[in-house]
Amino acid sequence: MDMQVAKKKLGLKEKYQVMTRDLNWTPTYQKMEDIYPYVHYEGIKIHDWDRWEDPFRLTMDAYWKYQAEKEKKLYAIIDAYAQNNGHLNVTDARYINTVKLFLTGVSPLEYMAHRGFAHVGRAFPGPGPRVACLMQSLDEMRHFQTQVHAISNYNKYYNGFHDFRQWHDRVWYLSVPKSFFDDAITAGPFEFMVAIGFSFEYVLTNLLFVPFVSGAAYNGDMGTMAYGFSAQSDEARHMTLGLEVIKFILEQDPDNLPIVQRWIDKWTWRGYRVLTLVAMMMDYMLPKRTMSWKEAWEIYFEENGGALFRDLSRYGIRMPKCAETIRFEKDHLSHQAWCTFYNYTAATAFHTWIPTEDEMQWLSAKYPDSFDKYYRPRWEFWREQAAKGNRFYNTTLPMLCQTCQIPMLFTEPGDPTKICYRETDYKGMKYHFCSDHCKEIFEHEPEKYVQAWLPVHQIYQGNCFPEGTDPSAEGFDPLKAVLQWYNVVHGRDNLDFDGSEDQRNFAAWRAQATRNV
Amino acid sequence: MSTVFIAFQTNEETRPIIEAIVEDNPHARVNEAPAMVKIDADGRLIVKRSSIEERLGREFDLQELHVNLISLSGNIEEDEDQFVLVWKN
Ligand SMILES: [Fe+2]
Ligand SMILES: [Fe+2]
Repeated sequence: MDMQVAKKKLGLKEKYQVMTRDLNWTPTYQKMEDIYPYVHYEGIKIHDWDRWEDPFRLTMDAYWKYQAEKEKKLYAIIDAYAQNNGHLNVTDARYINTVKLFLTGVSPLEYMAHRGFAHVGRAFPGPGPRVACLMQSLDEMRHFQTQVHAISNYNKYYNGFHDFRQWHDRVWYLSVPKSFFDDAITAGPFEFMVAIGFSFEYVLTNLLFVPFVSGAAYNGDMGTMAYGFSAQSDEARHMTLGLEVIKFILEQDPDNLPIVQRWIDKWTWRGYRVLTLVAMMMDYMLPKRTMSWKEAWEIYFEENGGALFRDLSRYGIRMPKCAETIRFEKDHLSHQAWCTFYNYTAATAFHTWIPTEDEMQWLSAKYPDSFDKYYRPRWEFWREQAAKGNRFYNTTLPMLCQTCQIPMLFTEPGDPTKICYRETDYKGMKYHFCSDHCKEIFEHEPEKYVQAWLPVHQIYQGNCFPEGTDPSAEGFDPLKAVLQWYNVVHGRDNLDFDGSEDQRNFAAWRAQATRNV
Repeated sequence: MSTVFIAFQTNEETRPIIEAIVEDNPHARVNEAPAMVKIDADGRLIVKRSSIEERLGREFDLQELHVNLISLSGNIEEDEDQFVLVWKN
């Protein structure tokens, strides 16, 4: 008869060892370089993959257990929110435009992150990072799915949600987040990890999720708060993976330092440029604000990022070069972005508006050095013009930066009245940039960035009209044709919030919910 | 000195966790934001399993922290009994 011997429960360290490292084996009849073909060409030298440390020591069995718990909590809230017509409890219907921006701009990136981590996890010969990347890949798929589920509820009631996946591929401002991730996913595995795992997740993600999610909580959007927090609960693990990657690479070989530093400089800037959309969301789109973009930047980048880079200085890493430019831009970024969208809202899948008098007072208080001097006069002028019936919708196309794909809307460092233009020649062609940083990124890898799919160029080349369109026909309206190709419905999805169908419906439904009509 | 932080959702599950952290880290500062509690501390922050268990009246696995975690900063040192955030500068 077998004797039942009580086994001692494995400690965290041993369990992790058994359930990750011990599942690894050394191949005998295939060469390592054939199985892992991408680990050498970027120039990163790794001598011992076993030196990889995973501080959380999470194993797959525990992973499933906790993720299942998160999902149960999340879907209970999403169901309750939908059953209770929760969308009518948001502060005002302008708020819903932040959710549109999120679904079209950010959620598809979650899916790309899923693909990216699956790909690099496969590319690394070490079992530690492979398991960590596998978990993150699954997390990102979960983020994408839960966001689409939660936001689909809004699509039943509001415009600007009905074709988010196609918009991500086609619409001009969405090429900014899309090209950012495409750039990362087409890099080598180490660069991807530094780009997304470190620069985005560790350095910048707090600026995306924390303000967005507490913004949702502040504005009564329980659905968004629920998926936001649920995604964010995986974030601590992702951030830790990003930090471990950097430390691991730097500890392996001193030759890795200049390569990693260049990637940090590049990807902090690339990520920051994408966050322009978050800046204007925080300062202009949330009816009830949590904190200003500038305050968020100071807490999450200057303070926390400062601590992080001081910590990494023992490896020779310094603050990203762009930090100085960003310090100057923080007083201007959100204002310049929202002014631009107000101009171009005939070609957007969300609504814009002029800030109210109260909101302008808030902006003056939060931006004492810039708002009253440079931006309030513009809003007052546009408000006056709109009142006179001269609402101006800009229908000409702006010049785009070849690297970040944002229209040339940013100003010179040190002079907020002068648009910043940079250019360079490559193989007989001229390329344009929004900044020294974007120019430098291009010049280091021109063969990559000359391939950029720039929405404005594509429109001019005739690639963004419905099939069979004849641009030489009498009375051809290019904007109308582009919107048709986008599947953005003119007069419903675009233009001012004032007078929109969303505004009318929300007011009518809210009235029904509070009165016996 | 550099600041480390940890942030949780505000709910019934995190209330005893936050209480335990506050007691074990007298130098910590608690910031309440909408639906979120962020705890900042100079240099180092410790989360002790035993302090949480005392308040919960049941066994607690520190990996349960992940369910309600929003964000953190600092290097992590974790074992069965404690979870530490620290900047080494
Ligand atoms: Fe994610
Ligand atoms: Fe740029």
